[in-house]
Amino acid sequence: MPIDLSQYDISRAYDELLVRPNRARRHAKNLAAHLRKMDEAELAARQAAADLAIKEMGITFTVYAHAKGGTIDRAWPFDIIPRIIPKSEWDAVEAGLKQRVTALNLFIDDLYHDQKIVKDGVFPAEVLADSKNFRPQCVGVNPPLGIWAHVCGSDLVRDSDGTIYVLEDNLRVPSGVSYMLENRQVTKRVFPELFEDYAPMPVDDYPSQLYDTLAALSPRRVRNPEVVVLTPGIYNSAYFEHAYLAQQMGCQLVEGRDLFVDSGDCVQMRTIYGPQRVDVIYRRIDDLFLDPATFNPESTLGVPGLFRAWQSGKVAVANAPGAGVADDKVVYAFVPEIIRYYLGEEPGIPNVPTYRCMDKGERQYVLEHLHELVVKPANESGGYGMLMGPMSTAKERATFARLIRRSPRNYIAQPTLSISTVPTVVGDHVEPRHVDLRPFILSGRTTQVTMGGLTRVALRKGSLVVNSSQGGGSKDTWIVDEEKG
Amino acid sequence: MLSRVAENLYWLSRYIERAENTARLVNVNAFLLLDLPPGTAPGWEPLIAITGSQPRYQELYGSGCDERSAVRFLLGDPRNPSSILRCLEAAREACRTVRDILPREIWELLTQLSLYVRENLAAGLSKKGRHAYLREIIEGSELIAGKVISTMMRDESYHFLAIGRNIERADMTTRIIDVRSGSLLPSDTTELRPFEAIQWISVLKSMTAYQMYRRKMQVQVQRSEVLRFLFLDRQFPRSFLRTLDAIGESLAELDKQREIVAYLKGLIAKVETTPVEELRRDDLHAFVDTLQLRLIELHQQIAATYFLPPQVQAQSA
Repeated sequence: MPIDLSQYDISRAYDELLVRPNRARRHAKNLAAHLRKMDEAELAARQAAADLAIKEMGITFTVYAHAKGGTIDRAWPFDIIPRIIPKSEWDAVEAGLKQRVTALNLFIDDLYHDQKIVKDGVFPAEVLADSKNFRPQCVGVNPPLGIWAHVCGSDLVRDSDGTIYVLEDNLRVPSGVSYMLENRQVTKRVFPELFEDYAPMPVDDYPSQLYDTLAALSPRRVRNPEVVVLTPGIYNSAYFEHAYLAQQMGCQLVEGRDLFVDSGDCVQMRTIYGPQRVDVIYRRIDDLFLDPATFNPESTLGVPGLFRAWQSGKVAVANAPGAGVADDKVVYAFVPEIIRYYLGEEPGIPNVPTYRCMDKGERQYVLEHLHELVVKPANESGGYGMLMGPMSTAKERATFARLIRRSPRNYIAQPTLSISTVPTVVGDHVEPRHVDLRPFILSGRTTQVTMGGLTRVALRKGSLVVNSSQGGGSKDTWIVDEEKG
Repeated sequence: MLSRVAENLYWLSRYIERAENTARLVNVNAFLLLDLPPGTAPGWEPLIAITGSQPRYQELYGSGCDERSAVRFLLGDPRNPSSILRCLEAAREACRTVRDILPREIWELLTQLSLYVRENLAAGLSKKGRHAYLREIIEGSELIAGKVISTMMRDESYHFLAIGRNIERADMTTRIIDVRSGSLLPSDTTELRPFEAIQWISVLKSMTAYQMYRRKMQVQVQRSEVLRFLFLDRQFPRSFLRTLDAIGESLAELDKQREIVAYLKGLIAKVETTPVEELRRDDLHAFVDTLQLRLIELHQQIAATYFLPPQVQAQSA
């Protein structure tokens, strides 16, 4: 039996590919035609082929399993039906992201220098004072090009009326870009004929753009600066990505124990023929583990003296230590004001309406509407420590009410968005599943945005949680120029 | 090249070579047993001895050495660190940390092979499925070696892989000779004498050396000639001297190798000047013992020169 899109159970949410059952959006017409020509067995066979390709390509992520006292490797769950975005719409999103990251970099640089935005009363001093990710050690440091967040991953969602919002910005060590690249490879293997009707904008140039962004930071003016990727090691959930990026860029993948700082504050790596100087470190380790001499003395992942080397300009570190100050969910609530303050422009992409629990009136509203809001802690990532109001129990709501009253600065709340869906293979047919989108923004001499990004999909029916650590998967994301077909 | 990376490449290829050699041993032993009169066969104990894991085996299975336990132990027992399963997992773990260095097909092949070994273990343990299972492992390992040879640049990464592979191969060659020539056959049992040639043929076959031996030596398979071939032939890729030559060739492409090369030359000279074909049982065993200790020393010199210093290594992620 061919795939029947008339049974597609479109929900209240916006669907990225269908307007209503059996009626594809303009940019998805060819895809829908392909699906209709395909029978159920073939659809399932293609999905199985993709699963096998992923297993064989060794595309994995690692999950923490506290119960087992260790970690396990899981194949990366992937859905074969691509999510398609028309280029005309994407252009506006891209411009909005560039604007946002530019403003955030100016904001971070200001916080570590004159703090004009605080003095001008736009950004509250007490938020800064309470920030877990503000690093006093970074005050006065001038990183190359004045840029702190060289790689940013911003999460976008689309609400039921079609509006795209920024849900959060990841400015510390955002991950997922390798899956974006690998997803395209898998789609090419299992769905080659779709590429005859569509010419999705290529994504493969990301590693070379990343390399150029990093190499431009080198303190030494040499033709081939030594750029390395610093990983916490094979037990990190994103280790696959660290290795992948190093390989794609032709850089060394190093662990803390491979590096040391010499008496001249230069970072050296231990090679088979002795020490060799490092110019740029793309670090995938959190600030606090970077340098036991400056931050967490317990850290065995970092390199003693690394902070001093960075401070004195002998090595560039991306993202710069301290960049995470803008990655805080309370800071997030101020981003529209931050954009207006530094750039004098209106935000190109709106924020999700956000209640700041630090504000008395807004806190009261949050406490009274916990059952319909999503409450997020300011400094967690990966979907941990959240309250999903509509699905919560009275006991959970009581716990959160207590947490919010105890440290209001640490919580924000947002309305539960009805985030958009994309047809997704479930057994031998397709059903709508909720998605978000994480584009990656590179800032250096120029600002570049990936063509699309990583679409994460909540594979459980009705679920809104897309994190891979909590049952999420992903899809290939296509930016398609409608003018060209 | 990072010291840690050099070390992982070296171990990666040692582990793959070890898995392959174990598969060869099990395969040939199974066929050999079919050729010997029931009751006289040495059974599976020599294989456990070759892999140097008697203590672990006895701990797990007791003193008896039936086919089923021995094969399970060698192929797929997760409690035996030298089992094929564990070797390939260790190789994969080492490979994970050097994925940025190797062509990605090598990671994919190793992942496939490792999955194959795990998922088809039941077939591998059955008499019927064993041959195909082991051949898959041997060919999987050869495919990886072939990819290395045909796609990798001849830079340091290639040479550390080659050194690891050849040290492991040299070690295994001496182990096979030791066990097959010594403890396997009591030298004065008349009833097995007619089968001695078969024994030596099995030694050759376990190293895919039988055909090459016949081409090269043009004589009947006999102990003295087999020993000369396996120790001294400089053209056969698994002979002891050839593997040492190969290590020397790789070292020549690196820097800081002078002392290691001097040591290696001493070892080569030692083998060249020993009349291996004349060594009787106990002397041969003592000789092999010396060679294995020298290989350990060779490994230690390489580690001290190129790998992470032990105090840094201990600071693991």
